[in-house]
Amino acid sequence: MLNRKFALFGALVIALVGCGKSETPSTAASDELVIRIGAAGPLTGPQAHIGKDNEYGTRMAIDDANAKGVLIGGKKARFELLSEDDQTDPKTATIVAQKLVDAKVNGVIGHLNSGTSIPASSIYFKNGIPQISPSATAVKFTAQGYNTAFRVMTNDAQQGKALGEFAVKVLGLKNIAVIDDRTAYGQGLADEFVKSAEANGAKIIAREYTTDRSVDFTAVLTSIKGKQPELLFFGGMDPQGVPMVKQLRSLGMKTQFMMGDGGYTPKLIDLAGAAVEGTYASLPGVPLDVMPSGRDFSQRYEARFKQPIQLYAPYCYDAVNVMIAAMQKAGSAEPAKYLPEIGKVELDGVTAKLAFDEKGDIKGGAVTLYQARQGKWQVVQTLGGAPAAH
Amino acid sequence: MDIFFQQIINGLVQGSVYALVALGYTMVYGILGLINFAHGEVVMIGAMIALTALQALLAAAFAPVLAVLFSLMIAMAVCMALGYSIERIAYRPLRHAPRLAPLITAIGVSIVLQNLAMMIWGREYHSFTLPFTSTSHHLGGAVMNDVQIGIVIVALVIMAGLMWLVHHTRTGRAMRAVAENPAAATLMGVDINRVISVTFMLGSALAAIAGFMVSANYGIVHYYMGFMLGLKAFTAAVLGGIGNLRGAMLGGVLLGLIESLGAGYIGDLTGGFLGSHYQDVFAFFVLIAVLVFRPSGLLGEKLAERA
Repeated sequence: MLNRKFALFGALVIALVGCGKSETPSTAASDELVIRIGAAGPLTGPQAHIGKDNEYGTRMAIDDANAKGVLIGGKKARFELLSEDDQTDPKTATIVAQKLVDAKVNGVIGHLNSGTSIPASSIYFKNGIPQISPSATAVKFTAQGYNTAFRVMTNDAQQGKALGEFAVKVLGLKNIAVIDDRTAYGQGLADEFVKSAEANGAKIIAREYTTDRSVDFTAVLTSIKGKQPELLFFGGMDPQGVPMVKQLRSLGMKTQFMMGDGGYTPKLIDLAGAAVEGTYASLPGVPLDVMPSGRDFSQRYEARFKQPIQLYAPYCYDAVNVMIAAMQKAGSAEPAKYLPEIGKVELDGVTAKLAFDEKGDIKGGAVTLYQARQGKWQVVQTLGGAPAAH
Repeated sequence: MDIFFQQIINGLVQGSVYALVALGYTMVYGILGLINFAHGEVVMIGAMIALTALQALLAAAFAPVLAVLFSLMIAMAVCMALGYSIERIAYRPLRHAPRLAPLITAIGVSIVLQNLAMMIWGREYHSFTLPFTSTSHHLGGAVMNDVQIGIVIVALVIMAGLMWLVHHTRTGRAMRAVAENPAAATLMGVDINRVISVTFMLGSALAAIAGFMVSANYGIVHYYMGFMLGLKAFTAAVLGGIGNLRGAMLGGVLLGLIESLGAGYIGDLTGGFLGSHYQDVFAFFVLIAVLVFRPSGLLGEKLAERA
């Protein structure tokens, strides 16, 4: 009786563990060049939906490359994906990074958050593994002097500047309250936004904070309400953005609401319903349907994964393609050999025309501002970058 | 003053939910001396089931009020079955094991439930909208909507009901007897296993109601939502004196108020030195202070009262 119980429990545990496991690379045929691409992001926890979206974007690029048949140094390459869960946790990120290094990946697409990408980057640097983050925006990520760290996304300084200018100059809002989630991303973006808004003549009348696990903001919002700001800027991700904007409206506040790229998700609109109307959010790059390959990408993504793109999947797709292009140029998938080529890659991606500066940031990154109108994200304007939309 | 009044309302709403969840922790602790760390996940499962049932019932063209009521009842029933099973599978075989063992299985159950929910309902956030609009009422300068009023009223009614059940029914008397002295209760003919099962089912039903209320209030449901809520409710239970029913209610409401007032005023009071992200720290600081000066919690010493 007891044995049967244990066997049953054991089976359940194995079933659960089995589901969370990343696919194991199979042994390769001798004429093929097997290239392992590591992917890292949160697959569990509050941001799991965005992390999974990143994995899907990476997977799509890898499958496309395998289907197309890429030649590297005269050999046919077969790409394999090793996806790891960093749980949005800086400590776990370093463990996951070491795991990927030990698995001898040729390159890493990740991590999702700045707070995880930064600690992980030192491990990739020490082992000479190229790392392209699809979505880490903190300025520090590429400013550590690591030649292995790249990103296909504009940084907080570029994005915060654009948002601050837009809020003050275009919308004419002068009394601004700012909340951030105290992560490397949220804090970084909010600081850059404040700098830019103040430089343009706005007054920051409240600076409040929360965490990336909170759901109740009524206390903070109530204290902000007393100061009557015209705009509330939140540096953080959509799991906090949704309840925040809902509570903002249910407290009867007419304050405008603005977020960075962490807010530009279909979920923000789906979940916040009527409360989200009028909310601003930004996204680095140009709108997907302006890029010729972007529209095709989003259609294929939806057909394959039965969900709309959450956020950064196109950036992951671009990041993989940058990596492959560098490998092709170098004629090798050896990290040491193709690393110097990444900085020289110029590519028409699905998010923008990609090229890197000497730090590993993308050159002249465009930032597009969106507003939620009638239950949809609508383009307001694209600032900087090439090619210009509108 | 309006701001202060609004903060009190925010705290009361939040505190009512904490109190309901804290009751689940405290009832189990009172009887078994066990901290059921899977309780937060039961709240989450309750919310998920309620969401699924609500959508199905509305799709089947039930009247909105009936759909809400039935979905709540379905969630309660499922959670009661879940609570019963958790106790049977994870705790009963370990009842006479060292105290650390059931604590570990509790954490195990919590992880299993979380992953199960992730597999069934996915990683994304789901929208939880009630089928009727919740109008806002202005009370002086403060705002409170129908859902929030509902939360406070339902919580009060349930707490009163629970007190009545524990103090004025046969089952309640059996629960109090087991809490006081399990061996003596058995000798008096109380079926301990039955009492423990009933306790778990009651706690889980409260968890389902709490899950429904939280989801209706925030409008979102996620497989991870039970974790932090469970931790806060556990804190509330300890604050009030774990094992004590009135303590859990007091602790829950107090914790809600402390958090709300703390987050609202800490920045201004410390001149920006401590910000509102210290909301949780503030709550736990109060907990530590209470435990230092009253190790058994605010109402913890009345052992005869525990159930």
